[in-house]
Amino acid sequence: MPDEKKPCLSATGLTKVFGFGRQKTVAVDHVDFDFYEGEIISIVGESGSGKTTLAKMLLGLISTSEGEIYFQGKKRDLGKGIWDQWKKREYWKNIQAIFQDPYSSYNMFNKIDAVLLDCIRMRGGGKLPQAKKIAMMTEACSFVNLKYEELTNKYPFELSGGQMQRLMIARIFLLKPKILLADEPTSMIDASSRATILDMLLKLRKETGMTLIFITHDIGLAYYVSDSVYIMEHGKFVEHGTADEVILHPKEAYTQRLINDVPKIHEEWDLSTV
Amino acid sequence: MKNTLRQVFQSGKFLVGFCIFVALLLIVFLYPIFIPDPPLAILGQGTFFPPGIYVSTFDSINSQTIYTLNLPDAAARRIDTRLNDQQRQDIKDWLVLDGIPADQIDITNTAQLLDLWGKNYDPNKDIPGLTNAKRNYYQRLSVSLQGLLLTAGQIIALPNATTGALEQTGAVNQSDYVNIGQVANVRVLPLGTDNFGRDVLTELVRAAGVSLEIGFVAGIIATLIGLSLGLLGGYVGGFLDDIIMFITNLFLVIPAFVLLILISFSIGQESRGAFTIAVVIGFTSWVWTARAVRSQVISLRNRDHVNLSKLSGHSITHIIVSDILPYIASYVVMALILQISSGILAEAGLSILGLGPRTTEMPTLGLMMNWAMIYQAQILGKWWAYFPVLLTIALITFSMNLMNTGLDQLFNPALRD
Repeated sequence: MPDEKKPCLSATGLTKVFGFGRQKTVAVDHVDFDFYEGEIISIVGESGSGKTTLAKMLLGLISTSEGEIYFQGKKRDLGKGIWDQWKKREYWKNIQAIFQDPYSSYNMFNKIDAVLLDCIRMRGGGKLPQAKKIAMMTEACSFVNLKYEELTNKYPFELSGGQMQRLMIARIFLLKPKILLADEPTSMIDASSRATILDMLLKLRKETGMTLIFITHDIGLAYYVSDSVYIMEHGKFVEHGTADEVILHPKEAYTQRLINDVPKIHEEWDLSTV
Repeated sequence: MKNTLRQVFQSGKFLVGFCIFVALLLIVFLYPIFIPDPPLAILGQGTFFPPGIYVSTFDSINSQTIYTLNLPDAAARRIDTRLNDQQRQDIKDWLVLDGIPADQIDITNTAQLLDLWGKNYDPNKDIPGLTNAKRNYYQRLSVSLQGLLLTAGQIIALPNATTGALEQTGAVNQSDYVNIGQVANVRVLPLGTDNFGRDVLTELVRAAGVSLEIGFVAGIIATLIGLSLGLLGGYVGGFLDDIIMFITNLFLVIPAFVLLILISFSIGQESRGAFTIAVVIGFTSWVWTARAVRSQVISLRNRDHVNLSKLSGHSITHIIVSDILPYIASYVVMALILQISSGILAEAGLSILGLGPRTTEMPTLGLMMNWAMIYQAQILGKWWAYFPVLLTIALITFSMNLMNTGLDQLFNPALRD
């Protein structure tokens, strides 16, 4: 880990409230953090703990209710309403995401090429010659062990879930953002392709040096990949620190429970306690 | 796309509706090619001629060849058409009132009946218990029975050009026949004529065409307005959505039909063409489409593929057109079909109230209903003036609703049976 840590994405008092009155739900509750450049950060929590809401706020897909987000030390300004779209577009050149469900991440009416071509256009390569674009797409596909020739002119629903998610990584490969938010990228994938996808993400991160924010409910996975771990419960960060600190020496009961919930293969299931 | 189309045509309900609709469309387009009569030409002098084949009497008498056929039951048929069982009973009733014992009258014996009638009937005789209308009826009946039992032919005579006296030019015997193919003027009126003496079928085909045009224009306008407002309000949200929903709710609480009546009344009879009516219908019926599209868009706008499109730097227009519109296209097509059929119904409703398109140019289904109603076709029992119109309206809306249900079941598997 570098000695001089530069904060890449920080937040103070970040809050998201849905609804009002009786139906008020505080999804994210006054969260503060500093994510440093080049780190792999895991945000771990149960479902409903506000991980995805936090991710969407960081991505700028939903507005914040309270608090500020700082991007590379400067206060993030995405503008308001539909007239400041370019500000968001600039921001999204730096931060990208992989979503949980590959099946719903694609527009099923567009061919796969369109997804990758969008990335090339976003990186300013919209006017490149066709051959160059195809070369770039082929490179991105081969990075994730896909063959571009097999994918071209296909629709997303003709691929398997694993292939779709790999294509998402290929997309990130083309975009090369500074920050990648991976929102449970492996939870909908069958176990056999899970490891492949994780390895590809880590390989990509090693090549580009981007900050990887990993959102997961799997604390074992967090321990396996990350530099620092944030434990989230009911919209709050209850514990954070390096992976070793948090997972090997948990202070909070909630963290302890998350760790205990990890199923162990050789242990016999005790159904009587369920 | 191809796959979806194939699925659509495998849905039984859609297919039935589609076939009915296409058949109607074919009739509307092909009929005027084969029978190019102007639909509003007044053929008949008089109202509500019943359906049937009309043979020119003049041309039959003056036909080149007259055939003689000796058919055994010809006389009996001739008598039957002029003196039916009800009339026989009426004659008996009169004779009984006049004082002839009922058991002496045999209504099946035509000769005896007519003999008694001829001897006893006198229009000036005062029979107690007869209304004036009945008295007139017996007078007419008596005239119509003259010469019923004659077996001789009739003379054809022409007035002499100088003296004016009638001169015999020929005779028609009871056993004379003409071949209908040799009669110069035969007109088939499958649905008779209406109150103005116009051929109902020709009028109906044209009216169905005009009504479909009105439905299409109204449906497309309503769908376009509803779609664009729904997409904008649903996707952009916020203040714009509030304004759009305010307008939508405003239109929603005022019954659309009342609004329609008020607007078309204020436009005035003279400037109400079919197209104007279609536009007015379109502008008053977009509300449900807007609401439905908006709610669909709201559920779509937070989907991952929309988020991904945003992250790929697409503009709002691009996202709406390529990430949201294709997902609600099936729904919009269904809404369009319903809007077309309800546009046709709305036109019919308006026209029945006398607020439809002005009546001088072209018929519509609603106008035909209106004419039939004003001239009391339903009271007079002239079913051909209104029943085929009703059937056409029912068929059009039925076929469209069937297509809609078929599509609905296809796109919404929860509704499949």
